[in-house]
Amino acid sequence: MAVMPIKFYQTGSFAVGGRLLGEDQRSGQSDRRRINSIDCGHRACQGCGEALGARYALDAAMRATGNRMVAVNATGCLEVFSTPYPETSWRIPWLHSLFGNAPAVATGVAAAMKAKGRDDVRVVGQGGDGGTVDIGFACLSGMFERDDDVLYICYDNEAYMNTGVQRSGATPAAARTATTPAVGPEPGAVFGQGKNLPMIAMAHEIPYVATATVADLRDLEAKVTRAMEFHGARYLHVLVPCPLGWGSASHDTIRIARLAEESGLFPVFEAEHGEVVATSKIRHRVPVEDYLRLQTRYAHLFGDEPRTGVIAGIQAQADRNIRRHKLLGEV
Amino acid sequence: MLRQIEGSRAVAGAVALCRPEVVCAYPISPQTHIVEGLAELVKSGALTPCEFVNVESEFAAMSVAIGASAAGARAYTATASQGLLYMTEAVFNAAGLGLPIVMTVANRAIGAPINIWNDQSDSMALRDAGWIQLYAETNQEAADLHVQAFRIAEELSTPVMVCMDGFVLTHAWEPVDTPAQEEVDTFLPPYEPRQVLDPDEPSSIGAMVGPEAFTEVKYLAHARLMEALDVVPDVADRLAEAFGRNSGGLTRSYRTEDAETIVLALGSVLGTLKDTVDELRADGLRVGVLGLTCFRPFPAEAVRAAIGHARRVVVLERAFEPGVGGIVTQNVVTAAPATEVHTVVAGLGGRAITKPSLSGMLRADRLPPLTFLDLDRSLIDRELGRLAAARRSGPTAENILRDLGAVASGIG
Ligand SMILES: Cc1ncc(C[n+]2csc(CCOP(=O)(O)OP(=O)(O)O)c2C)c(N)n1
Ligand code: SF4
Repeated sequence: MAVMPIKFYQTGSFAVGGRLLGEDQRSGQSDRRRINSIDCGHRACQGCGEALGARYALDAAMRATGNRMVAVNATGCLEVFSTPYPETSWRIPWLHSLFGNAPAVATGVAAAMKAKGRDDVRVVGQGGDGGTVDIGFACLSGMFERDDDVLYICYDNEAYMNTGVQRSGATPAAARTATTPAVGPEPGAVFGQGKNLPMIAMAHEIPYVATATVADLRDLEAKVTRAMEFHGARYLHVLVPCPLGWGSASHDTIRIARLAEESGLFPVFEAEHGEVVATSKIRHRVPVEDYLRLQTRYAHLFGDEPRTGVIAGIQAQADRNIRRHKLLGEV
Repeated sequence: MLRQIEGSRAVAGAVALCRPEVVCAYPISPQTHIVEGLAELVKSGALTPCEFVNVESEFAAMSVAIGASAAGARAYTATASQGLLYMTEAVFNAAGLGLPIVMTVANRAIGAPINIWNDQSDSMALRDAGWIQLYAETNQEAADLHVQAFRIAEELSTPVMVCMDGFVLTHAWEPVDTPAQEEVDTFLPPYEPRQVLDPDEPSSIGAMVGPEAFTEVKYLAHARLMEALDVVPDVADRLAEAFGRNSGGLTRSYRTEDAETIVLALGSVLGTLKDTVDELRADGLRVGVLGLTCFRPFPAEAVRAAIGHARRVVVLERAFEPGVGGIVTQNVVTAAPATEVHTVVAGLGGRAITKPSLSGMLRADRLPPLTFLDLDRSLIDRELGRLAAARRSGPTAENILRDLGAVASGIG
């Protein structure tokens, strides 16, 4: 693999991965000798959280494995925007097969490596929330249950973005999508149980489960690095705002991800063998309204007659998360 | 070594001799004994190195095979019927990605009504998936075809389906000659992938292809599949050289040289057909049999050469295309447009195909273009009458079973 000189077009010490820090404290992104997993030239929208999350996650995985890795990708935005034939943005061995089978394909790659005695090559599977919580769910659960040596990363943008923003099993209550339009007496997605895949993954008692957002890329990298210390099935669920689907400004991607965390709507934690071992505490608690207002998918909640009841319902979900995961630091 | 052995176990043994590195499967009758045999060989350490992956569905089974094959491992799976349909999306994908996976289809009918017995509706439904399809007549052939399948698949970078009739072959005990490991090793070189997932030489496999190149990609896949028309007989010849027996190739003729009527069929029914033909010949009827070992790609030239001189060809179909008729027939008509071709659908869902029925059919001077062998007309008429009276749809299978006096689900 060719070494890419680092491009310093990003600003701010966080965004560039801490290039002002000492060499040993830097993230993969600011290593001058680093190799990109995803190269420039892909077709993601400006401000795409998924492109950012995938790049940081896979660069970290490359670092953790000494570039001895293979990525398997489900159908979805990440696959489509990165491989417009005859071009490809991937500098790592990369395989796309279908929408619903990335975990099983990754299992196949891992099984092949094992049979060939190539213990050094690690496998990462990845997909959007649709490919993960809906159509690929059975394959994912099977992979967990067999404890196959795969790190599976879900980039959760809370809808089917690649097909034009339709509802997925991870779409939050009240959110407008193309199939949960902002019309009728209960506009947007209905309040349901939701599908909490990190918790479902934990119930499989696999070695490692974690959540992360693109608001804290160092944390995301650290979790990938930690995940690679384990063998067996591992699951990482990353919240990746989608400017197109969420109706947010391209420059607000990181901010929105941070508000999701600080409102309590997206708890960030780590679990090992089914037990939570670390939780990121909320530093500046914000009401869910701060998060919702930046996204037109919730605009119908803030019309001439604000739907205070719905907003209160979302706040109640955030409060429940805060209690359940002890996000405020109480013991 | 000649052994009295169950067909499934013979196939499991043959597959093991091919040294697969990843085997995965999901149970479905009548395929189960094959993968059970392989599980035993892997678990006991007799087949190593090999990973046996117990998956949660057929869709996952084919997906695991795809991943394994793309990572450079020789991959194998087996299924039937609903299982094959359940993995359909991945079956097409394996061919599109050019992955030389070998899969056994233990042919079984497709529901509803659910039926576990043999016909060939399953593999026929996937005839356009881009896989090479080989059909075994006997268990010896089933075992040998698997050894050939890996070689053909890897030479062409195209997956191969070996179809064997469920129960009739899979569960039948008969003598099968198995080659020694060294013999197979000489016949089948290690798998060298055309493109592989390797950190030392990274490549992207499975890119998004737009309208500007998609047709060309598909054309090339077709062209590669057509190459199999040379490779399949060539590999059969090599097998004959190495193992001293002829099992494989594109087609097989039996007493066709001077035949006025030729029956064309696939799979285990060929044995019964040959016996029937022998009896009819003794009575002075000029009949012959053409067996199709390779159905995809369709060996049009070989078929034309074998049947061109006959007055009529009867295609014995073990599946059919509702709303049209015979599936194989259409291929035969395209290959030999000047020949009179009839379709006889027989043996659906395990219905026995008997010599008396076959010889009755072949003795008939005139055959309608589409015949369902041994169809019970009275049952059909009664059910049609009932439907006309009720003017709504109903559980046809249950009605017919009640008329037959059989106890069906939901009927006391
Ligand atoms: C079997 C199947 N059904 C539907 C589709 C169409 N499809 C492609 S991508 C996609 C949605 C992807 O959503 P998600 O997994 O959330 O990824 P995102 O694009 O949001 O990153 C759908 C429905 C497909 N490719 N295959
Ligand atoms: S639609 Fe959303 S997920 Fe897809 S590329 Fe654009 S921003 Fe990224």
